[in-house]
Amino acid sequence: MMQVISLLLENKPGALMRVTGLLSQRGYNIESLTVARTLDPEVSRMTIAVEVETAQRQQVIKQMNKLINVLQATDLTELPSVMRELVLVRIRMPQETRQAVLKEAEIFGGRVVDSSTEGFVIEVTADPEKLGEFIDVMGSYGEIEVARSGALVIALDPKKLKLQPPVLTKKLEEVY
Amino acid sequence: MSTLMSGAKMLLECLVREGVDCIFGYPGGVTLPFYDVLYDHHVRHVLVRHEENAAFAAEGYARATGKVGVCCATSGPGATNLTTGLVDAMMDSIPIVAITGQVTSKLIGSDAFQEADTFGITRPCTKHNFLVKRIDDLAQAVHEAFYIAASGRPGPVLVDVTKDALQAQGHYQPVTSIHLPGYKVFTEGHTGQIRRAVQMIQESERPLVYAGGGIIAAGAAADLREFVELTDSPAVNTLMGLGGLPSEHPNFISMPGMHGSYAANMAMTNADLLIALGVRFDDRVTGRLAAFAPHAKVIHVDIDPAEIGKNRAPDVPIVGDVKRVLAKINKLLAEDKTAVPAAARRAWWRQIREWKAEHPLQVVTSDTEIKPQHLMAEIDRLSNGQAIVTSDVGQHQMWAAQLIRFAEPRLWLNSGGLGSMGFGLPAAIGAQFARPDKLVFSLVGDGGFQMSIPELATVASYGLPIKIVCMNNGYLGMVRQWQTLFYNDRLSAVELDCFPDAEKLAAAYGFKGKTIDKPWELAPALEEAVKAPGPYLLNVKVSPFECVYPMVPAGGAIHEMVLGPPQPVAVP
Repeated sequence: MMQVISLLLENKPGALMRVTGLLSQRGYNIESLTVARTLDPEVSRMTIAVEVETAQRQQVIKQMNKLINVLQATDLTELPSVMRELVLVRIRMPQETRQAVLKEAEIFGGRVVDSSTEGFVIEVTADPEKLGEFIDVMGSYGEIEVARSGALVIALDPKKLKLQPPVLTKKLEEVY
Repeated sequence: MSTLMSGAKMLLECLVREGVDCIFGYPGGVTLPFYDVLYDHHVRHVLVRHEENAAFAAEGYARATGKVGVCCATSGPGATNLTTGLVDAMMDSIPIVAITGQVTSKLIGSDAFQEADTFGITRPCTKHNFLVKRIDDLAQAVHEAFYIAASGRPGPVLVDVTKDALQAQGHYQPVTSIHLPGYKVFTEGHTGQIRRAVQMIQESERPLVYAGGGIIAAGAAADLREFVELTDSPAVNTLMGLGGLPSEHPNFISMPGMHGSYAANMAMTNADLLIALGVRFDDRVTGRLAAFAPHAKVIHVDIDPAEIGKNRAPDVPIVGDVKRVLAKINKLLAEDKTAVPAAARRAWWRQIREWKAEHPLQVVTSDTEIKPQHLMAEIDRLSNGQAIVTSDVGQHQMWAAQLIRFAEPRLWLNSGGLGSMGFGLPAAIGAQFARPDKLVFSLVGDGGFQMSIPELATVASYGLPIKIVCMNNGYLGMVRQWQTLFYNDRLSAVELDCFPDAEKLAAAYGFKGKTIDKPWELAPALEEAVKAPGPYLLNVKVSPFECVYPMVPAGGAIHEMVLGPPQPVAVP
């Protein structure tokens, strides 16, 4: 099933490669991946949707947590959370259906971000499933091109995700 | 306080501060600045003949001592040659630090001469890796590398340093702290789980200790012994854990798994409690997982949380350093006065002794040819549990693991998880540098030996008194065994029909060598090899078609062992 993982990771070169490498190394296919800075510029948040057998879900999280650049990996698949994705759809359709397309976009809470004689570019934010429906509907009106952002998730339980990672600083004398 | 110095000097300074006294390496274009500062420094550099062997030698050093082994290679081919050794160290949790040169930072990505994406290539081969492009980041990266390699579950760490970072001048600030917020190591073990474990141990009627390489990595051999004696549990050591409990210990059964003993595998299958210590339920140990230890509850102690529940869901998971956890368990056991089910335990021991007697690991000998088991028995006699034995991979490795005794940890050095042929000789080089006082046998097969032959030059040039014993059956024996048993004896590309004359080969490098093929020559030849002051190459021609038994066929349950060759059917 689709597993949704939220990661806090150090904003360092190669950090993304470590995460994606870990998944591909185990033969998992990434469905979507988003990454951007958090409030702390040295920390990024990554949201990954990946197809993983249920039995392996915990193992994936444990392996993620082993990565030295990963501050925290959380499985949000079954936790209370909000998921959103943004899509930009460019649609080309005949003049007579322009009004109908605008109506449909409105139903999905869409916003026209560009309009031309040939058609529109429409922006919609919703959960990924809803976006799928929107894209299907648009497709029925004409030729479309689609750019999706990938899912973004935030947990509703504040304890599960901290912006400030646990800090471990070891003095060398203690280490050796 | 800081001193102005070159990046190369700084790198060496960091290594010295980490206590490095020996580097196994091979120089090249971009590491020239580093080799220049090595020129007049007391840190010993061992020039191997191939970078892969630098990594294996660093592993041999680390495996023999528990200290971090260090290897060094240049950019491009130097670094790519290291990778097998890195993966090997990763699979067996061996702490090594690899230093590689990288092309000047401005040239990165331009397909420059001897450029390879070492950072990218070695990502999945290492516990962690660094690319250092600025001298200001160098010292921190090197110290972090050593800390990561040696702490938690040990492993290989690579530091890739660009040539301009090595050449630049910078101020060396002694690094006083390591800041790795994402690096989590749990050492103590959960108190509640430890109590539950103790209770379960006391209640168990058929307990079995299943101890692995984690015991050796954690330096927990004494604690293991105490535990085994406190509970009077029978114990098996995995291939990686041999020496964790002395082979002579009355509670030691032997090795379990694909080529484990009958008693060990039967004990695993019939135990009602597995006390799994620093093991990872590897497929070579468990056989068909669904049929593995079907009656047992499992207490699993490991420092790596990801190993717990990976293959077998434990009843009591304990994430922690096995030494510390065992110390706590032992303390509780010593205080605990709960009566154990003594009658059931006695019956369990009786059963195990019966299994041992029924199908012991046997030393097969012959009057006409040298049986491989005979060779192992002779090495065992000379070692008497004290020598370091490194092995390659294959049949000789399994016979050695079955038949050679080890009185303490860090004597049996082999490539367990990755199964890298060509490991034995370079590992012996590393081990001999680490333990100059020790008798080191490099036990190799004729296949693996020919992968590491260039290192004879290293052995000769440093005069290392390594006793190279080549178990020569003229085949890639283990592959041949599988072809015989599972591919209708169609021996495809496994015959190694050309092998150099050992005496001449050794002589070409300036030391002594000999080939023997008669059973009565074996003992005197080995004794001569051991007595010889320097290196010695003993080529032992053994009977070519011997198979390792017991054997659990791939995908089989471990109690369904094949105990010996199929008996010839009488023709009427």
